[in-house]
Amino acid sequence: MNSLIPLLVAAPLAGAALLLLGGRRLDRFGHWLATAFAALSFAFGLALLASMLGRETAERQVDVNLFSWIPVNGFQADVGFQLDQLSITFVLLITGVGTLIHLYSVGYMAHDERRRRFFAYLNLFLAAMLLLVLADNYLLLYVGWEGVGLASYLLIGFWQHKPSAATAAKKAFLVNRVGDMGLSIAIMLMFAEFGSFAFGPLLGSEGTAGAVGQASEGKLTAIGLMLLLAACGKSAQVPLQSWLGDAMEGPTPVSALIHAATMVTAGVYLITRSASIFNLAPDAQTTVVVVGAVTLIFGAIVGCAKDDIKKALAGSTMSQIGYMILAAGLGPIGYVYAIMHLVTHGFFKAGLFLGAGSVMHGMNDEVNMRHYGGLRKYMPVTFVTFGLGYLAIIGFPGLSGFFSKDKIIEAAFAKGGTEGWILGGVTLLGAAITAFYMTRVMLLTFFGEKRWQPDAEGHEPHPHESPSTMKIPMIVLAFGSVFAGGLFTLNSSFLHWLEPVTGHAEGDSPLSPLTVTLITTLCMVAGVAVSYLMYGRSPVPVVPPVGSALTRAARRDLLQDDFNHAVLVRPGSALAAALVYFDSRGLDGFVNGLAATIGGVSSRLRRIQNGYVRSYALSMFGGTLVLVATTLLMRSV
Amino acid sequence: MSHWLAAAGGNSASIPAPHVEYGQLSPMLVVFGAAVAGILAEAFLPRRARYWSQVTIALLGLAGAFTAVIVLASQGYGSTRVDLLAMGAVALDGPALFLQGVILLVAVVAVLTYAERKVEPKAGGVPVDAFVAQAAATPGGEQERAAVRAGFASTEVFPLTMFAVGGMLLFPAANDLLTMFVALEVFSLPLYLLCALARRRRLLSQEAAVKYFLLGAFASAFFLFGTALLYGYAGSVRLGDIADVISGEAPATQALLSTTQNDALLLIGLALLSVGLLFKVGAVPFHSWTPDVYQGAPTPVTGFMAAATKVAAFGALMRLFYVAFPGLRWDWRPVMWGVAILTMVVGAVLAVTQQDVKRLLAYSSIAHAGFILTGVIATNKQGLGAVLFYLLAYSFVTLGAFAVVTLVRDSRGEATHLSSWAGLGRRSPLLAAVFALFLLAFAGIPLTSGFTGKFAVFQAAAAGGATPLVIIGVLSSAVAAFFYIRVIVLMFFSDPQPGGPTVAVPSAFTATAIGVGVLVTLGLGLLPQYFLDLASKVSPFVR
Repeated sequence: MNSLIPLLVAAPLAGAALLLLGGRRLDRFGHWLATAFAALSFAFGLALLASMLGRETAERQVDVNLFSWIPVNGFQADVGFQLDQLSITFVLLITGVGTLIHLYSVGYMAHDERRRRFFAYLNLFLAAMLLLVLADNYLLLYVGWEGVGLASYLLIGFWQHKPSAATAAKKAFLVNRVGDMGLSIAIMLMFAEFGSFAFGPLLGSEGTAGAVGQASEGKLTAIGLMLLLAACGKSAQVPLQSWLGDAMEGPTPVSALIHAATMVTAGVYLITRSASIFNLAPDAQTTVVVVGAVTLIFGAIVGCAKDDIKKALAGSTMSQIGYMILAAGLGPIGYVYAIMHLVTHGFFKAGLFLGAGSVMHGMNDEVNMRHYGGLRKYMPVTFVTFGLGYLAIIGFPGLSGFFSKDKIIEAAFAKGGTEGWILGGVTLLGAAITAFYMTRVMLLTFFGEKRWQPDAEGHEPHPHESPSTMKIPMIVLAFGSVFAGGLFTLNSSFLHWLEPVTGHAEGDSPLSPLTVTLITTLCMVAGVAVSYLMYGRSPVPVVPPVGSALTRAARRDLLQDDFNHAVLVRPGSALAAALVYFDSRGLDGFVNGLAATIGGVSSRLRRIQNGYVRSYALSMFGGTLVLVATTLLMRSV
Repeated sequence: MSHWLAAAGGNSASIPAPHVEYGQLSPMLVVFGAAVAGILAEAFLPRRARYWSQVTIALLGLAGAFTAVIVLASQGYGSTRVDLLAMGAVALDGPALFLQGVILLVAVVAVLTYAERKVEPKAGGVPVDAFVAQAAATPGGEQERAAVRAGFASTEVFPLTMFAVGGMLLFPAANDLLTMFVALEVFSLPLYLLCALARRRRLLSQEAAVKYFLLGAFASAFFLFGTALLYGYAGSVRLGDIADVISGEAPATQALLSTTQNDALLLIGLALLSVGLLFKVGAVPFHSWTPDVYQGAPTPVTGFMAAATKVAAFGALMRLFYVAFPGLRWDWRPVMWGVAILTMVVGAVLAVTQQDVKRLLAYSSIAHAGFILTGVIATNKQGLGAVLFYLLAYSFVTLGAFAVVTLVRDSRGEATHLSSWAGLGRRSPLLAAVFALFLLAFAGIPLTSGFTGKFAVFQAAAAGGATPLVIIGVLSSAVAAFFYIRVIVLMFFSDPQPGGPTVAVPSAFTATAIGVGVLVTLGLGLLPQYFLDLASKVSPFVR
């Protein structure tokens, strides 16, 4: 059974290789092939889950050492997989949601002439992400990490003929590189400090302490901060969040994949996996919490102002991942809930994105919500599934998001003291804003009057329901959005499932769980109400109003690009210009001058070589005299 | 009279009968035997049979000698056993055996390039090689034209080369100064002749030969004078005896009391001996013959000379310094430092402005002599191994490079002016790539043998306390890299000249020679460990 573990990664990887190398003869059925490989991996995941459930809790973790990767004296890196409750959770999310997105893409990308390549990249994305969550050491994790970066680059820029897509891909890649630097530095620090980067010896497993226990807090804080930087890059957390909005240039299934199943969840995984490090580095943990809290509000505000349906959802992702990072930063109180929210979010965010894609599909690829309106009658399935996702994300009681978000808010209060109150307040505020902007999306898209506009070629939109390859995944995901949270919370099943890996502690909340739930629900209702008052009662203008300063800033992603430009790009360009100047004038001048000098000396010395044997003999004689004289001189001194 | 007898032991009746170990001397004896057989073939065989028989005799002789070297090595000579042969005149030890092996391999490849008869246009309907039709004919005269029409060829080059090889085998093994001198002359005289035998540009070739001969004789005179002074100092020409007298272990010879242990004799003798040997390796300021001779000599001879002479001469130089003068290290090291620095710098700097491929390679060989000297100066076991490895690596790159030069031709023979090499990479990518590989090896770029060799000698020199020398060596390498890379740029990134040279398609002989060069260059670069071990495991010099 354990031999299936490498196949989890190998199946989609083989799919990617086959599709990329197979050439045009695979054009007709390549997409089904890719979907089959994704589904195969999911099936392996289910089999492994069944086998894991059949074992005692203590024996659930499985290690598979495949081969020795870099066997250098003093530097041992293996290719090995570690399958435990945490990684199988991710495996099922990645392959499950991933397979649905593959299926959806079959319909969505039906008319794209580079469809085979698209599916190859999708498979590659899954393989890289699976490698990331299955690796049993940080170095191999880093391989998956970089693979995810590569696949996201390829997919975001898939429509590379659009300059905006090419730029967005480049931006995502570059911003991610900053985070990657963090991860590589963290790995180097680990190696320098512990001489290893394997999870087992480093982090310890249940009952045994890892090497991190002996390290000083300062070093662990440094490692933790570098891991956080890495997580910020992949998970689009402040200050490395700027790529996420632009990444919407990719085809919509890609957005769903990035936001729900892969990529942005990698940061949460990394922090949760490194729990042993963060638990011993309170300062790093506090930073994690701050980053999460700031991003939570930041994303929510951006989500409120966007008229582009995908960008509004992107802001929402940023905000929801902020919840998870915040929860992960709370330590043992929050790890389980971070992952639980990650899974439920995977369902409803995938559903929402696929719904958005379905809407765009029916509306001539229009993305501006101000040009939608009243679509519920034309796209009933999309409306219902999207609506269920919406209810889930705002935390409507009984649906998935309600349970998982509620737990995070409880955990935030449970942090205790002033911190607890601040964090609790922030998460509640976030919940309210989430309800506001998601209701806005819902109202602008499916309710109100038609504000449809003809597209650039003058075609009037004729909204219609999407083909069943697109509908089925949406329906399946809607089920997840509705029931997953409840299932997880029933008997605290998810808590018991994951606790052996992440550990768990109950904090001391100043408020009872029921009170928190009530307040959360009230916040949610308030958000929905405000939104309804603003967008449900009066007609929505097709041209956006000027808006307040905050709105204008939020439309520009809260000036993140302006900030990066002023703080990083401009000094960077200045530095590069200065270096170029120094290089061309200083270094090149020196080097060229040196070369010219040597050339000059050479031409002058050449004249000694005049071809007359008499002068050669003379030079030899002179040389001999000097040699004799020097030898004698050496003796006398 | 009385002096001489006294020095020889005072009893004229007790001159012992020489005892010669034929088995252990067999590498040299086989080569000399092959040389004599070549002379006989030259004298008695008809003209048309000579070429093939000479090539066969030469290759068989070299193969036989190399087999003898291998057999000796397998008996433990050179690693665990050392011996003095022929009453102490010849040493059989690690460095000697290793260098003899290298010289023999070099000679095999060189003979292959000699045997090339496909690249020269046929003369009188007969395929001819790079050597003159009739050496004694006046250049451009009627007699020469007649000889060319008749399709004559100087097959004497083969026995001449075999004599030179024999002398070179003896040179690094010579354990007394007189044997060393004899060996020097035995290999030098055939080389002087060989230089004069170019088929094309005969005047240049003859001029080169005369220059080489005059300056070589001059240098030999210094060597001989040095020998005499040292005999005056130590009462013996045996290297080991000289060392004993210097260290005070051996009693002074009665008859020479007035001169024995006169330090002036010792130091001047040492300096003069060094001049003789430094001339052969082409070290500055005794290098001036190198470019002219390399350019004028027939290119196959240049390749042989550049590779094999250097191997033999460095072997003798090290034996001299390591065996006879280890006690004088602090006297000769500073001087050798100066020579090494000058050699590296002058070689590299002068090469920068060269316009002729053969002259360029000549200056490059001067610079390389400087690099090898840094390893010699290290005076440690590591340095010995590094120099041996360097010599092996360098010889094959040199042979290969000169073999490539023989193939780039226009109507006047080899096109050695650099401007005609422009764009060669487009006309003949394979040949240009091969030459580029050799240039990269000369420059010491990793994954070639040149890098490994240079790294080894510099490492040894640094370990031997010659760090400043290493720094200058690395800087010179940087200058040298410029002109090597310049040729590569010229070949691959310039437009070919209209009416430029063509690349001749060689026979299997030259192709094999170049192929061996490529293989050794890459082999010693990619997997150097075996040969590094071989070179570093050799026994030290025997005394």
